Amino acid sequence: MKALCWHGKNDIRYDTVPDPEIEHPRDAIINVSSCAICGSDLHLYDHFIPAMESGDVVGHEFMGEVMEVGSETKTLKVGDRVVVPFTISCGECDQCRRGNFSVCERSNRNKPLADKMFGHGGAGLFGYSHLTGGYAGGQAEYVRVPFADTTHIKVPSTLTDEQVLFLGDIFPTGWQAAVACDIEPTDTVAIWGAGPVGQFCVRSAVLLGAKQVIMIDNVPERLSMAEAGGAITINFDEESVLSRLQSLTQGKGPEKCIDAVGLEAHTPRSIDSVYDRVKQAMMLESDRAHVLREMIYVCRPAGVLSIPGVYGGLVDKIPVGALMNKGLTVRTGQTHVKRWTDDLLERIEEGQIDPSFVITHTADLSQGPEMYNTFRDKQDGCVKVVLKP
Amino acid sequence: MKGSDHLAQGLGWFGIGLGLWKLFEAKRTTRALGLEGCESLVRLCGARDVATGIGSLTVNPKPVLWARVAGDALDLAALATALRDKHNPQRDNLQLAVAMVGATTAVDLYVAQAQTRRHGYQSGVTPDYSHRSGFPKGLEAARGAARDFETPGHMKASLPSPASSPGPRTQTGKPNSPISG
Ligand SMILES: NC(=O)c1ccc[n+]([C@@H]2O[C@H](COP(=O)([O-])OP(=O)(O)OC[C@H]3O[C@@H](n4cnc5c(N)ncnc54)[C@H](O)[C@@H]3O)[C@@H](O)[C@H]2O)c1
Ligand SMILES: [Zn+2]
Ligand SMILES: [Zn+2]
Repeated sequence: MKALCWHGKNDIRYDTVPDPEIEHPRDAIINVSSCAICGSDLHLYDHFIPAMESGDVVGHEFMGEVMEVGSETKTLKVGDRVVVPFTISCGECDQCRRGNFSVCERSNRNKPLADKMFGHGGAGLFGYSHLTGGYAGGQAEYVRVPFADTTHIKVPSTLTDEQVLFLGDIFPTGWQAAVACDIEPTDTVAIWGAGPVGQFCVRSAVLLGAKQVIMIDNVPERLSMAEAGGAITINFDEESVLSRLQSLTQGKGPEKCIDAVGLEAHTPRSIDSVYDRVKQAMMLESDRAHVLREMIYVCRPAGVLSIPGVYGGLVDKIPVGALMNKGLTVRTGQTHVKRWTDDLLERIEEGQIDPSFVITHTADLSQGPEMYNTFRDKQDGCVKVVLKP
Repeated sequence: MKGSDHLAQGLGWFGIGLGLWKLFEAKRTTRALGLEGCESLVRLCGARDVATGIGSLTVNPKPVLWARVAGDALDLAALATALRDKHNPQRDNLQLAVAMVGATTAVDLYVAQAQTRRHGYQSGVTPDYSHRSGFPKGLEAARGAARDFETPGHMKASLPSPASSPGPRTQTGKPNSPISG
């Protein structure tokens, strides 16, 4: 079959690889109808995630039709149309029974490796390095889904691929990030990063009834998309994030802050003097945990920091004094996709939201290598790419 | 990889090959062009071609490709000067060289432009997304439409406002609290 394979930094190729096969009775093979490139894939593309091997099939946002099922995969049958959550969950372990699907204790077959790195590793993920199980990803014609009887979302034929595809990752990710803020009608929610995840954070915060939703980025068309979804926008190239947030919150700071940027944050190019002093006072350097530091600094005391943005290893100069003295709550993690998707699917069916708004580029899977570049460099107004095998 | 990536790599290897030839066969080159005595200049060009050739093989060959274009322009200028000498015995070869360098310049220019677009951050047209709310019933209808959603207990803010979580905030004020007796 054809698939997108990782071969090193900046090197994704459209390769021919062996077809997947059922390896375990709980497996299923999916014939992929649509898949997408996620911001998390860019961390692989830019080689910030360790334990990748040349030839690994990438992609973790995909859907399609069930082609083959293992003998114990009772809840699925051939022909079912499913979206596959990017976090593989067994449904039976201690964590899965609590609903903490992204830290399933059984789905990561390389758990000892992850345990070494993180103390205790999380769930298996598709196409996301050998730290998370080394499972072949979904930017391919076919995918083997382990624990398929619990790792799927059935979707009705009345909805298009474009409307449901993002149930597997970015929609529940934006939703969980907003839910973790416990939004009240008086709240200002500030969101860093107007990428696809940030866009869903905005929609979720608006639906959940925040008083003000503020989006911070420097890509004009992404900010305009966020504005369309109900956000007030701050272009950090043009104005000071700190002083604008202060004036929007009567000097008190946003109650809830969301980091939808992650480990590859840019440092603003035009920094005004106030911002500079803040940076100095906090002994910041232009490290890539920039957003995390900024959030800790601007957040209202007793507020919440919600961090869907992915971090891989270590960062330094985190103003932990501010974090502690302000009594901030930090919530983070890979998304417990299945926990939210039944509810979100209903909201799509009701017409409360149509996730396809975020798609700006659709291309053949063979165009994948180019589309990685287009998405990463935000060329041609690219916000979200859908690929068709 | 895109078409222009392959072309850049092709130009890279071509540049390295031609550069090595100029470096080690400078005598033969100058003889063929009727430019005896200019060997060190040719070797210098060769070294330059090898360097830009290696650069063209890198992930982002954009700056090096523009250097190649500049180098081409210099070569063309030098050849044009040589052509003005009516007594050069190798005028035919010189004309051929001008044509070849001219063609290479065209390719270099094309690939440099393509790679500039390719590696341009936020390059290309910026479409208008100001209508993409994502809310089929409109933005105003969406505000608070999911307010009925119950935040799971463990995701509640540590200190929610009295409006959403009424009741006293101190231990002693708690009705039936063991402290207040
Ligand atoms: N937790 C999860 O389960 C989960 C799921 C999906 C994605 N993610 C992560 O979410 C993050 C965002 O994903 P995406 O698909 O939207 O990616 P993306 O790369 O398209 O978006 C990131 C955005 O952040 C902006 N940005 C960079 N520096 C900034 C700064 N200093 N201030 C404000 N904005 C800044 C960029 O311009 C870009 O628009 C990534 O880290 C991704 O790995 C996490
Ligand atoms: Zn993702
Ligand atoms: Zn589990």
